Amino acid sequence: MANLWTITWRELKAYFASPIAYVVSALFLATVGFLFALILLNGREASLRGAFSNMNFLLLLVAPAITMRLLAEEQRMGTIELLLTAPVRDWQVVVGKFLGSVILFATMLLGPTLYYVLLIGVLGKPDYGPIITGYIGILLLGASFLAVGVFASALTQNQIVAYFIGIAILILLWIADAGGAIAGSGNLMSSVLGYIAITKHFNDFFRGVVSLTDVVYAFSVIAVALFLATQILQTRRWR
Amino acid sequence: MENGNVMIQAQNLAKMYGNAHALRDVTFEVQKGEILGFLGPNGAGKTTTMRILTGFMPPSAGSARVAGFDVFADSIEVRKRIGYLPESVPLYYEMSVWDYLDFAARLRGVKNRDSAIERAMEMTNISERADQLIGKLSKGYKQRVGIAQAIVHNPEVLILDEPTIGLDPKQIIEIRHLIKSLAGDHTVILSTHILPEVSQTCSRILIINDGKIVAEDTPERLSARVRGAEHIHLQVAQAAPEIPTEIEKVQGVLGVTAHDGGVYEIETNLGADRRADIAALAVQRGWGVLEMRPVSISLEEVFLKLTTEEKSAGDGA
Repeated sequence: MANLWTITWRELKAYFASPIAYVVSALFLATVGFLFALILLNGREASLRGAFSNMNFLLLLVAPAITMRLLAEEQRMGTIELLLTAPVRDWQVVVGKFLGSVILFATMLLGPTLYYVLLIGVLGKPDYGPIITGYIGILLLGASFLAVGVFASALTQNQIVAYFIGIAILILLWIADAGGAIAGSGNLMSSVLGYIAITKHFNDFFRGVVSLTDVVYAFSVIAVALFLATQILQTRRWR
Repeated sequence: MENGNVMIQAQNLAKMYGNAHALRDVTFEVQKGEILGFLGPNGAGKTTTMRILTGFMPPSAGSARVAGFDVFADSIEVRKRIGYLPESVPLYYEMSVWDYLDFAARLRGVKNRDSAIERAMEMTNISERADQLIGKLSKGYKQRVGIAQAIVHNPEVLILDEPTIGLDPKQIIEIRHLIKSLAGDHTVILSTHILPEVSQTCSRILIINDGKIVAEDTPERLSARVRGAEHIHLQVAQAAPEIPTEIEKVQGVLGVTAHDGGVYEIETNLGADRRADIAALAVQRGWGVLEMRPVSISLEEVFLKLTTEEKSAGDGA
């Protein structure tokens, strides 16, 4: 456990030492803030549902940018040799880095957007249920995306390549149910593709519903992505 | 462990990269407290051997034990006992020296971190750079931070891949002293392709070429082994064409090569010192001896001889 935190902690410090964290957070918040204001002015509804649904798509672009560096840069700079020859398990390296990215994302999300909650709380009478479940949903969605990004970062030494691989995988997950529709309805293929489709699992959160299936789904995506990233790290040893 | 003093034991190590043999059938032992030098041209298999010992990659065949633990099966136990400086120094440029060493110490589970870091920085002479960002340091300082990282947890075994590369002569001497001072308590393996380095720091040398061990001995014995004959350097005031033939008549002299400026290189039987006879001859003929001394073959020559012999033998096969 101590090893895990050592890696997570270093990762967090690295984020704040590089401009990436600031640039990505600034762009993310500017866009979300713009959307929030737009939706609020048009709808005049004291909820964050609109803002949450829009964060969905933004995260598709933002999450791989947060994670692209994690393993790719270690492999490029050779620092991976320090980690893989320290008394630390490969999965601890992967999970430690993943946790670092999740903590960064949570800080960048919660810190400034809680201001929106305050704002609509002062101006209107919001239903706090969907806001809380919405935050849970966004955090789970973000964590799933970040895990996929960590996997993409394990595949290459090049951050930019890692970024685009991450986006490509996420887009495939995103539109998987469209593929399911082509496969027809009621057959195994379409139900599998329908289940894989990532955004489907998060709409309920924004409506105030936390379903076990969706939570299990998020943790499955995270577990599979991190497991595969660890495997890739291990196969690097054999080459 | 079969023997209480054997710290590192490599048995028939082999490593394939695809179809290419990086290492074939490498077997050696390192005693506790010894400094072993890996010598070999670039691409000979030094880094691969070190990577196997540190648990970075498993061997394709064979096995290795460090402090009694198998490097593959008990990798974590082995890694706890090893300090490793890889060939490309694994530094995070955005960290300060102190933060980096703190990270390295935490990874190895060091208890008393502050004093361990201070000790490592003092030994490598980087204390005054503690708060500087690693990315801003010169190559020599970066190298020393890499070494500090390898010794911060006071490991039983130190594996240093090209530890003095990129350092200036003064720093090289400092690092050599440091490595020597670590011997005894620590077991050290270092690789280099710089020959004076091994002859000055190592108690034993292992010459690797083309993935195989071609020689293993102390620096002195290695040169003696390759020598095969004694060499004498002679310089006379009056160079003359007949001098080589005259000297060759002396008993035990195998051959004489004439060089410019009245310099002759005389080869004699191994174990026989013919200097007195040759001096007597020179005085008798009035050549005017300016200088006469035995020549010991340098490690460079040993190395070249061993590695090129290996190559021609390999070509023939």
